[in-house]
Amino acid sequence: MAQREQKKIAYDAIVIGVSFGGLQALLSLLPSLGADFPVPIMVVQHHAAQADDFLARHLDSLCQLQVKMAEEKEMAQAGVVYLAPANYHLLVEDNQSLSLSVDEKVNFARPAIDVLFESAADAYGARLVGVVLTGANNDGSKGLRCIKEYGGLAVVQDPQTAEAPSMPEAALAACEVDHVVPLAEIGAFLNTLLMGKIKDERRTSNIQH
Amino acid sequence: MTTDHETSKIEVTLLLEAIYLKYGYDFRNYSSAHIRRRIRRRQELTGMENISAMQHRLLHDEEFFQTVLYDLSINVTEMFRDPAFYLAVREKVVPILATHSFIKVWHAGCSTGEELYSMAILLKEAGLYDRLQLYGTDFNELVLQKAREGIVPAKAIKDYTDNYQRGGGISSFSDYYTAKYERALLAPELKKKILFANHNLVTDQVFGEMQMIVCRNVLIYFSRELQKKVITLFYDSLCRGGILCLGSRESLQFSGLADRFSQLVDGEQIYQKMYE
Repeated sequence: MAQREQKKIAYDAIVIGVSFGGLQALLSLLPSLGADFPVPIMVVQHHAAQADDFLARHLDSLCQLQVKMAEEKEMAQAGVVYLAPANYHLLVEDNQSLSLSVDEKVNFARPAIDVLFESAADAYGARLVGVVLTGANNDGSKGLRCIKEYGGLAVVQDPQTAEAPSMPEAALAACEVDHVVPLAEIGAFLNTLLMGKIKDERRTSNIQH
Repeated sequence: MTTDHETSKIEVTLLLEAIYLKYGYDFRNYSSAHIRRRIRRRQELTGMENISAMQHRLLHDEEFFQTVLYDLSINVTEMFRDPAFYLAVREKVVPILATHSFIKVWHAGCSTGEELYSMAILLKEAGLYDRLQLYGTDFNELVLQKAREGIVPAKAIKDYTDNYQRGGGISSFSDYYTAKYERALLAPELKKKILFANHNLVTDQVFGEMQMIVCRNVLIYFSRELQKKVITLFYDSLCRGGILCLGSRESLQFSGLADRFSQLVDGEQIYQKMYE
């Protein structure tokens, strides 16, 4: 902890999981992130198996950050948003490169949020922020608990602002979440957290549930 | 001091070393995020206290090792997976294969064989069946055994039929199986053209001179170094002008051999080895 306080930024990456209502949530969140965002962002959105790269291109055109489909074995770069491709799990390796897999579905989903979160926790340890957004299932809660066990930060969309509240609710039930934030404020929250403008107030925040 | 989680990473590394030294299967250059996930899942299922306990057991209990080996092989597959790929093979690859007097096709890492049977159907419909030999290889004897049986779950047939049609099938998919209760037996005439064999991409050598090699969604599990080695193996196992088919998210970009192939179809990972 003492070491962390000496550094301006306490985190090296953000992982985001979103399901039902995901397009709207990502359209609200990602464009609000600043152009000099200092860490990579990996996103799993459950979607139809046959989806192409349209979502990545669309988001890329609306965001200050680069948004792209994750390519296997590419290094996760600061200021880039990586989307898991349809039908593949997205994982992070210890050297912070990205991997894809066609393993069984997890929580009936491929890509699955738990798979990304758990592997990212291995790769980044305590220097990881996990964000669970709207969704109609419970994917992501096991992964968020894992991030917490490794000492990372857990952020959950306020279920009252979620198109489908079950996924954020399941995450809240699964572990001690650090911050519960309304959708419209998550972007600003992450900007503040990662741009080093305020001290990390984990576990003492006013917006904690 | 290391945390429990760091200790568990160390344990996985040691377990892979133990598997290699004892049984000769080399997973040391696989994606560690993937391997770790599989090993931890097995640990959870068996209720073992830690991964070191798993290592102890698999060193002394070959049956348990076989279970872990099955965990570590890639067993998720379906017939005509990615229909657009099969459509591209029909339209762009078949005319090239048709120029050969005899056609050898190797599915490397074929698992339970669904994609190999799909290719057999496609090449049969393309009229190439009388000068065709298909090979399916995997390092796992258990999945090869299933592949030889050629039985798929009846409940998968609906999806497979849909894939087949979208992949450009010109007949009726029901011509190729006999459904019996919850299982569907693939047509014996398909098996006639297929030879299944044990081959390990990581530790074995060139497999023969092929007109086409299909290896889809296997390389994604390998490190870049291992990918490079295996693509070199494929290059050496292809005839001039031979075809290499990879998974939709795989590429030759980092293989060091990208300039020895040309991409045959835009948007599909289908390559042709240069004639030089």
